[in-house]
Amino acid sequence: MNHLGIKTEKIRVGSFDFTCCEGCQLQLANKESTLPEFLSLLDIRNFREISSERHDDYDIALVEGSITRSDEIERLRAIRARAKVLVAFGTCACFGGVNSLKNRMPQDEVVREVYDGKPIETMSSTRIADIVKVDFSIPGCPVSKDEVERVVVSLVNHSLVSLPKYPVCVECKQRLNTCLFDLGVICLGPITRAGCDAVCPTGKTACLGCRGPAEDLNYPSFVQLVSDKALSAAEMREKLGLYNGFGDYLEHES
Amino acid sequence: MKVDFDLDIRHLQRVEGHGNIRISVREGRLREAAWAVVETPRFFEAIVKGMSAELAPFLTSRICGICSISHTLTSIRALERAMEIEPPETARLIRLLAMHGETLQSHALHLFFLAAPDFLDLPNVLPLMQSHPDIVHAGLQLKELGNEISIATTGRATHPVSLVLGGVSKAPSKQRLKELRQMIGERRAALDKASWFFGTLRIPDFVRETEFISLRNGSTYPSIGGDLVSSDGVVRDENDYLTMTNEYLVEFSTSKFTKLSRQSSAAGALARFNNNFDRLHPAAREAAAAFGLSPVCHNPFMNSVAQLVECHHILSDAELIIDRLLDDDLLDIRTEYKPKAGAATGAVEAPRGILYHHMETDEQGKVVKADCIIPTTQNNANIHYDLHALAEQALLEGKTEQETEKLCVMLVRSYDPCISCSVH
Repeated sequence: MNHLGIKTEKIRVGSFDFTCCEGCQLQLANKESTLPEFLSLLDIRNFREISSERHDDYDIALVEGSITRSDEIERLRAIRARAKVLVAFGTCACFGGVNSLKNRMPQDEVVREVYDGKPIETMSSTRIADIVKVDFSIPGCPVSKDEVERVVVSLVNHSLVSLPKYPVCVECKQRLNTCLFDLGVICLGPITRAGCDAVCPTGKTACLGCRGPAEDLNYPSFVQLVSDKALSAAEMREKLGLYNGFGDYLEHES
Repeated sequence: MKVDFDLDIRHLQRVEGHGNIRISVREGRLREAAWAVVETPRFFEAIVKGMSAELAPFLTSRICGICSISHTLTSIRALERAMEIEPPETARLIRLLAMHGETLQSHALHLFFLAAPDFLDLPNVLPLMQSHPDIVHAGLQLKELGNEISIATTGRATHPVSLVLGGVSKAPSKQRLKELRQMIGERRAALDKASWFFGTLRIPDFVRETEFISLRNGSTYPSIGGDLVSSDGVVRDENDYLTMTNEYLVEFSTSKFTKLSRQSSAAGALARFNNNFDRLHPAAREAAAAFGLSPVCHNPFMNSVAQLVECHHILSDAELIIDRLLDDDLLDIRTEYKPKAGAATGAVEAPRGILYHHMETDEQGKVVKADCIIPTTQNNANIHYDLHALAEQALLEGKTEQETEKLCVMLVRSYDPCISCSVH
């Protein structure tokens, strides 16, 4: 391969999943029109969901899911030891995700609810960065393939990788959508990190904050907006709690 | 020859989620064959409790990364029935089209990425891209078509955006629908190519008589809602799902097992095909005849062929739905509703088989109880007993350890299990 006459090398990747729906990994096989070109940038060394070959010589580990069992901690540490770059891949890995909703209840009560009396090992859902060092995070439920492509191309070309710092609102305005607040819906677009092309408000449903907080967000002004529009504070908190991305703000408030 | 061997396949590759196969043979006799799911549970039934009905389908969508549209629509159906909400006809059509998109992408993913490499002794789809570029291209064209239908109808390929309680929040534009209609026409050639290719593969010869469970509604091939039926003659109302599934716990698996009239039963494309052959589009029945597939087929390896037959049905039926939507003004897409206390079951034919969500709401419209029974959960016992019968047959035929292993992993993959979904 070469890019502008400069020889580029494939990056050696491993893709791993922990407690999750595997929807983020699946995005790697989506966007079929550019899939052969995308795959040509990668040397896939380990990817259980699509390949029966397993090698441990990867440079970049994409890690999907949150951690909810002790054997997962061991497996994650082994991956960290082998990878030069560890990427928290998707909302569960970055923030704990929807799995973290169970952290509000005692874990034995959660087990009793689903498995009657059978003892099942589980612990509070933890994001990846609480267990091992994370070098880069790609949030999203699921991750956006466009963004993943941008990150991979940057890695191949040894250029800087970064995520948008501004909120989803900016992308939503660019798509000329009617603001959901004007339709009486609480949308987390004003405080959530962009990079998804405002896919939810474009589909006329609220942004639920899967990408976590934007940088330098104005949280008090957001709470004021909900209150000015006479919308429900309880509904706002329910949305903020869905993916565990706004834990710091919610705690601060209560 | 009296052989001894132990197969211990941990975290089987090229399936969704984490499952193990154990086979133990002593002096040529099968001692043990087991299918053990070791996935970490996520406790969705516990975490959805207390959530508003409006938000609940966005949470249950996250049960599965492959069939998120099915999970969303199953929760929506349960909650709409519980709260007596009637979605408009236009929204109902858009939802049916979304189901077709999801099933097409899911079947294409399974057929080309997960199942096909086994038949050619390859570790994954990548070398197939070199050896059979036209076949992989056809597979990608079908998968892309499925995803494009999902994106047009729900806003996104995985974890839908615009499927909401009472209908849909946004309808696709007429222009988009026309483009989809044209894309379907153009991709028939890809489906024909795929069908030809799978026709050249040797499907293992194995039969274990089983009970097939699916939806049936008497007028169309099943998708959203209907009667619960089995190939042994059981017919039940949608709300009676518990008497169809009879979930029970087993020691060696984090996913539950289910049964009906026999030791185990099967759900999925082959079950739908066996129970609803008469409701398939004629083009799909023709495709089935070309594969020599007719109901009731008891070879689980034919599930992949049944998926391919369903792809023919999906392309033809999607065209009919789009034509109806093109004749519609697409304005009446969402019914207003008031929260209400109630309880009901939603049953939907997800790509991997019949999916149940049972939901109870209180007067504020909060979910007070939820129960989700996943297609793969309903297949786990069947996979387990199939493995036993298949390993015994392989030993009788004098197959080697390697040959037995290959047949066993192919068997599990042919069910297209969605393991993280089954544990949820």
